[in-house]
Amino acid sequence: MGTAATADAVGTIVNDFSIHVATANGSGSQTSNMVLLRALFQMGVPVSGKNLFPSNIQGLPTWFTIRASKDGWIARKEESDVIVCMNAETAEEDVATARKGAVLIYDDSLRLQEKRPDCVHYPVPFKKLIAECCPDLKLRKLVINMLYVGVCSALFGIDMGELKSALGKQLAGKQKAIDLNLPALEYSANWTKEHLPKKDAFRVERMNANEGKIIIEGNAATALGLMFGGVTVVTWYPITPSSSLCEYLDEYLNRFRLDKDGKRTFAVVQAEDEISAVGMLAGAGWAGARCFTSTSGPGISLMNEIIGLGYFAEIPFVICDVARTGPSTGLPTRTMQGDIYSLMYASHGDTKHIVLIPSEPKESFELAQEALDIAEEFQTPVFLMLDLDLGMNYWMAKRFDYPAAPIHRGKVLTKEQLQEMGGKWGRYQDVDGDGVPYRTIPGTEHPAAAYFTRGTGHTAQATYSEKPEHWKSNMDRLAKKFESAKKRVPKPVVTSDGSKVGLLFCGTTTEAINEAVHELKHKHKVKVDLCRVRAFPFTSEVEDFVDHHERVYVVELNRDGQLRMALSAEVPRLAHKLRSILHYDGMPLSAGAVVKQFRELEGAWGKGTPE
Amino acid sequence: MAGATEAPEAPSNQVNRIGLQKKDYAGSKSTLCIGCGHDLITARLIDAAYDLSLKPENVIKMSGIGCSSKTPAYFMSRSFSFNSVHGRMPSVATGASLANRSLKIIGVSGDGDTANIGIGQFVHLMRRNLDMVYIVENNGVYGLTKGQFSATADKGSKQKYGNVNFMSPIDLCALAVELGCNFVARLFAGNTKMMRQALQAAMAFKGTAFLDIISPCVTFNNHAGSTKSFPYVKDHETALQDIGFVPAYDPTYHEMAAGEEREVKLGDGSKMTLKALGNDYNPTDRVGALKMLAESREQQKLLTGIICVAESQPTFPQMLNMVHEPLSTLPLSVTRPGKAVLDEVMDELS
Repeated sequence: MGTAATADAVGTIVNDFSIHVATANGSGSQTSNMVLLRALFQMGVPVSGKNLFPSNIQGLPTWFTIRASKDGWIARKEESDVIVCMNAETAEEDVATARKGAVLIYDDSLRLQEKRPDCVHYPVPFKKLIAECCPDLKLRKLVINMLYVGVCSALFGIDMGELKSALGKQLAGKQKAIDLNLPALEYSANWTKEHLPKKDAFRVERMNANEGKIIIEGNAATALGLMFGGVTVVTWYPITPSSSLCEYLDEYLNRFRLDKDGKRTFAVVQAEDEISAVGMLAGAGWAGARCFTSTSGPGISLMNEIIGLGYFAEIPFVICDVARTGPSTGLPTRTMQGDIYSLMYASHGDTKHIVLIPSEPKESFELAQEALDIAEEFQTPVFLMLDLDLGMNYWMAKRFDYPAAPIHRGKVLTKEQLQEMGGKWGRYQDVDGDGVPYRTIPGTEHPAAAYFTRGTGHTAQATYSEKPEHWKSNMDRLAKKFESAKKRVPKPVVTSDGSKVGLLFCGTTTEAINEAVHELKHKHKVKVDLCRVRAFPFTSEVEDFVDHHERVYVVELNRDGQLRMALSAEVPRLAHKLRSILHYDGMPLSAGAVVKQFRELEGAWGKGTPE
Repeated sequence: MAGATEAPEAPSNQVNRIGLQKKDYAGSKSTLCIGCGHDLITARLIDAAYDLSLKPENVIKMSGIGCSSKTPAYFMSRSFSFNSVHGRMPSVATGASLANRSLKIIGVSGDGDTANIGIGQFVHLMRRNLDMVYIVENNGVYGLTKGQFSATADKGSKQKYGNVNFMSPIDLCALAVELGCNFVARLFAGNTKMMRQALQAAMAFKGTAFLDIISPCVTFNNHAGSTKSFPYVKDHETALQDIGFVPAYDPTYHEMAAGEEREVKLGDGSKMTLKALGNDYNPTDRVGALKMLAESREQQKLLTGIICVAESQPTFPQMLNMVHEPLSTLPLSVTRPGKAVLDEVMDELS
């Protein structure tokens, strides 16, 4: 709800501002940023942390934005209220983009006062302070970023006890590092109290809004979901922004899934490329493992052929696409909902895939488990669609619930069942009328258990066939199976305010949209209904939503309106009701961007004027 | 018994140690060209599996795409089989092995499937040492797309309609030796005796056994000027050893004369004996193996036999320290940690 008012005009602004920290990549700033974020969180103030980093290991500029919001808005805020310039190289640019009245904290050697007389300035002698509190010259550059945390603590009233506890948590088990950072934190806070008179309006006060909440990245949440979903085979190839998902998973599995002899009840394999990673899933899913890989757009492009094999040979596996900005190498460290279309229809020929789309960590945890179940229930590849914003940024989320239901392994025939059936069965036979056949798992000790798996034309009995009628009936059954999935995949989350106008969206745009809707309602007196799509195929509730509204804006993070295209293609009669609100500069969506585009479009379309 | 493959040698009522007849190892009728080298290999695979009394339900057959990759349909119908994607059999086999480490893998690929499109996956598979027999049915050409050269075609070899290959071949055996494969053999589909022994030893071997089997394409690469035709290979084959197989269940099967033969343990209790022919080649010497392969290429000799062999090493599931039970059938009580674990993690994050 951020106000753009200046300090002087407003007086005090409590628990409603963002801190934008500019540092150099690889300078240890992550610890400082996380300590600040955690301390705010521990004070009961809703927070979010978004990392804007370069595709680089050391030296290039990186930014971290912490948003504190008493109202619980955790989307990206376009304008920052406090800018901390720890990177001299970008300082001028950083302050140039500051809004009027913003608070600027920077090294006093930078002389930024005259550049932005309309801002609140706090020059700090960082180099002098670090020399005074860190005697070891070599270690200073690792600790200097902790100084700004101390400065912020004193200026905004962030509790020192909480900062210390956050530091302990962040550097758990690394006492030397704690001992090194703690003096810097306290020294800079004390210095600020003595030397910097408070000139701005921003203050932090304790709240109690974070009961039952955690802070987690979507990749870690997904990894936990997979572990509790009983994943056994994990393959991966490193690619930003998905790498940390399998790294977290590997870490969790090694911690919690060893048997009593220390042996692994799982396999995690770093493959030589994404083709191999998904090829291993084809083999593992076929041989009965609950299996998973994570990747990003370029990896999905490489995996396409085997995804089609999985669809056609009916093999369960789960792929998580943590999407980044494309096409091509694109912006590897920026976000995008850019693979919507390429996931839904991945591979050549007639293919359609189940895609599950979480919007925040708790849902990532739950849908990761669902994905493993649905893949086996429908014997097909299932995608989890995240993006960099969800996967790699820090989200406040509700604590996860322990799964209440057992896992579902779908229609698997056992040795005993085969015996009862006299060994008569057809791998691709639609016995139940839902398009989902029965399968056997390699290793089943019955002479009739085996069947021949192929990506070529086959009969219901899994024998080779090029006959037109066999091909067509098999493709029709696969279509029927996809129809059946409509009743199984998660339904959309629909919020109705009695409006004729709707917003339809998925994934990480949710937070910004919720905030935008609040602003539209209270500031602009416009009501909007919401439909957050959680899966492909689109369920009947998605169609109903569009049917029951005059105009629906499809909000998404890509240039071409991929979600809108897919909905128009799947349900053509809805197409004329859909318009796009798009955001595709690599940054997460902000409420402001939604409000602006919505009002412009409504101004034209809403008054009956054609586009 | 498969139609186009050779008739079984054993009388139809004869059974092996697990009570199966040879027809229990049969597949469907081959649809390859009459006289194809691949059918000879298929027949020997049936023999070897029967002789070894492999339980068909414990075997999976994996392949990529191509004429050779079709052949898993022609043997052991009681075994699960996966005819996957061009060049990607190694990754698919790896995944299957992770899901169920108790399965013995028979992988069948071709020279195009392995040395061209699949060379990357082949290279990385060799590093993993799956419990697998990896067969390349090598004819130097693409059959299904009508006779284009593959990467194993020799320099100077002539295509059916006159084109000459001007690039150096990839020697898959040399590559396998270099990559640390512990059982590397080159065989000729026309050499029935050697194939039968070598296939049994390869199947008994714990770990990856790589077999490059020269298997002439009678339709596109059996003409004068080809270096992978039946006549050329027959003329140029130089056998390195007489291979003997000593099954675990019958160690007295073969008497060994000291000094004449090498004995190699295969990891399952069985042994392979190697009686050198000509110069006393030592297949346990990796560097020597590479040297010999290089020399034989210069001399335009086709050496057949065991190129390189070593004591069996830990397989991929062993390297990964996996539980002995197949991951595919682990119960939920094992694969889902308890509520206390979730609580612990949630506390850390709050």
